[in-house]
Amino acid sequence: MQISGAQMVIEAFIAEGVDTVFGYPGGAIMNVYDEIYKQDKFQHILNRHEQASVHAAEGYSKASGKVGVAMITSGPGFTNAVTGLADAYMDSIPLVVISGQVPMSLIGTDAFQEIDAVGISRSCTKHNYLVTDAKDLPRILKEAFYIARTGRPGPVHIDIPKDVTAQIEEFDYDIELDLETYKPHTKGNPRQIKKAIEAIAKAKRPLFYLGGGIINANAAYEVREFVQKTGIPAVETFMARGVLSFDDKLLIGMLGMHGSYASNMAMSETDLVIGLGVRFDDRVTGKLSEFAKNADVIHVDIDPASISKLVNADYPIVGDVKNVVSDMLEQVGKIDSNNYESWRETIINFNELHPLTFHEDSERIKPQWVVKRVGELLGDDANISTDVGQHQMWAGQFYPFTRPRQFISSSGLGTMGFGFPAAIGVKAASPEKTSINFTGDGSILMNVQELMTAVEKKIPVINIILNNNFLGMVRQWQTLFYDKRHSETDLSVQPDFVKLAEAFGGIGYRVKTKEEFDAALKDAVEKNVVAFIEVIVHRMENVMPMVPSGGSLFNMMLLEKKGDK
Amino acid sequence: MTEENQRRVVSVIVINEASVLSRITDLFSGRGYNITSLTVAPIPDSRYSRLTIVTAGSVRVIEQITKQLHKLIPVLRVYEHEDMVEKEMAMIKIPITENLSDINILCEAYNGKIVNTGENTIIAIVTDEPKRIDNFLNAIKRYNPKEIVRSGAVALER
Repeated sequence: MQISGAQMVIEAFIAEGVDTVFGYPGGAIMNVYDEIYKQDKFQHILNRHEQASVHAAEGYSKASGKVGVAMITSGPGFTNAVTGLADAYMDSIPLVVISGQVPMSLIGTDAFQEIDAVGISRSCTKHNYLVTDAKDLPRILKEAFYIARTGRPGPVHIDIPKDVTAQIEEFDYDIELDLETYKPHTKGNPRQIKKAIEAIAKAKRPLFYLGGGIINANAAYEVREFVQKTGIPAVETFMARGVLSFDDKLLIGMLGMHGSYASNMAMSETDLVIGLGVRFDDRVTGKLSEFAKNADVIHVDIDPASISKLVNADYPIVGDVKNVVSDMLEQVGKIDSNNYESWRETIINFNELHPLTFHEDSERIKPQWVVKRVGELLGDDANISTDVGQHQMWAGQFYPFTRPRQFISSSGLGTMGFGFPAAIGVKAASPEKTSINFTGDGSILMNVQELMTAVEKKIPVINIILNNNFLGMVRQWQTLFYDKRHSETDLSVQPDFVKLAEAFGGIGYRVKTKEEFDAALKDAVEKNVVAFIEVIVHRMENVMPMVPSGGSLFNMMLLEKKGDK
Repeated sequence: MTEENQRRVVSVIVINEASVLSRITDLFSGRGYNITSLTVAPIPDSRYSRLTIVTAGSVRVIEQITKQLHKLIPVLRVYEHEDMVEKEMAMIKIPITENLSDINILCEAYNGKIVNTGENTIIAIVTDEPKRIDNFLNAIKRYNPKEIVRSGAVALER
């Protein structure tokens, strides 16, 4: 079939089963937008900023497990999208992002809206392409989707000059990919797996360290079975929330900088770390030389470069977590869960000593209460997105997650402004669930224009703004480590969030009491519209526990006991 | 695990396509690795090129370098050389007024010779192990070289 480069893009999307594209048109990508206009196989959601298009595609991908697709124009369209690419790269989210480029004849001439897009995206994508001939386009499109979703997933960027989208060539998508240099290793080495099982059977205080790779590999239910059958306690990273259900007796909690006391102590006391789909991020490990100091390490990951990068793995296993855990399950009979009884009791004692909790305040709502309350009212019926900051950590700590892909957050890059557009993508992927975005008075303003997107497309995202009139997390660090010099973090001057939501055609609520909050959330869910629920919360609340940056996991700042003040 | 910086030679086989070299060098600069020298040329009768990179780092860093290189999509193979034959070339331009027979003897000791004579200068080439090239360049200083070019190392596993 002889078609234009622009039509090839559309045909490839259809062949890949894409049902939603997020994007923003402009000069260099107009040929493709013309073809979008003519087709009815997928919907296009017009975000109001290119960064939001990529975050929406990320949210869509994280909620659905499919490759997210975004489309943008050249120059500023592309540079606006870079933050999204970097965010997806850090969190291993499969995306295909297509940008327009000036025509081939103008490349290198500093033409209008020209920028070296592939030069910029090289360091924040899994792979990228500059298409110089439409003959290559079918192969490149097919490779892009394949590379994005296989191995350790990630964003792939395709930059297409305008004349290439107009060029007419033969289109055949039924081609065999010949990627001699890209062959992800998905099957774990059986001998290593056997050794790992033997190590688990011998360990006295083993600990599962569960990461986001489990969710990427769709392995949560295999991991649940493995945890159940071995009776070994587990900690989750922020990325792994929902792998185990919150009410699983073996789930200790989240570990790391704002992990629970019991989780961090368990990691410090364990004699065998069973790391599944993790990468020993600095926010998890704290001081490396003190991290799991007395433990051997089993590390299962699809990315060989993640293994022994920061913490030496005694039992390295390169492979897809789903495959490896399935193989391990076949030998699970060698492991006797009774051996870990006293270890489980130790952890219960840790939890009783310093449970993850907060103190209520009679005057103002505590932000943690809001998260817990949403969990009580919506629970499994909601998907939870967040922005970045204190509210994000409270969401990770206190929401009762019940399933994988329920929690969508910018973990590695920590991108403020991620939450609202991501929650739009989540709702597009999973319309049957309520899409909640926990955000702060700082973060929400970083992509607030998405009110228009959500209202126009009737995507009823409920944004819960935990308003403390501060850039809270930075304020917390200033309070603790900069002698209370709150440099540029006081956000007392604010818009009227209720009117702001209304100005775009959404609904706004300002709540100061628990009763008002319950009523607002109930109303927003019932009305099924785009909403801002602004909750006036305690200004100086800190996220606790906290491992100061670079400190050891067992040296936590803890919540003051009531009456300590 | 030793944390000292070691000199290492790494060969990388890559698809010979646009921007592949930038992918490699961006990886080094972006992750703070060191490039001492880098040579590239196509492998005859194939779609691949071979890069020889001389780098330095601790054992852990070198391991990361090879793994990260492998992660790049167009990279076919990475050799972290242990037992190799390694050679480098140097070209030197020297005034014709210097003692040419002494220079020629010196070059011969390093697998080289005078390859060009001009009106005012001569050009000599030597080919040897990088360490010995260092020695040669020290020895040749007394003949007032005007220009020196080093090729960077190439290596083959034995």
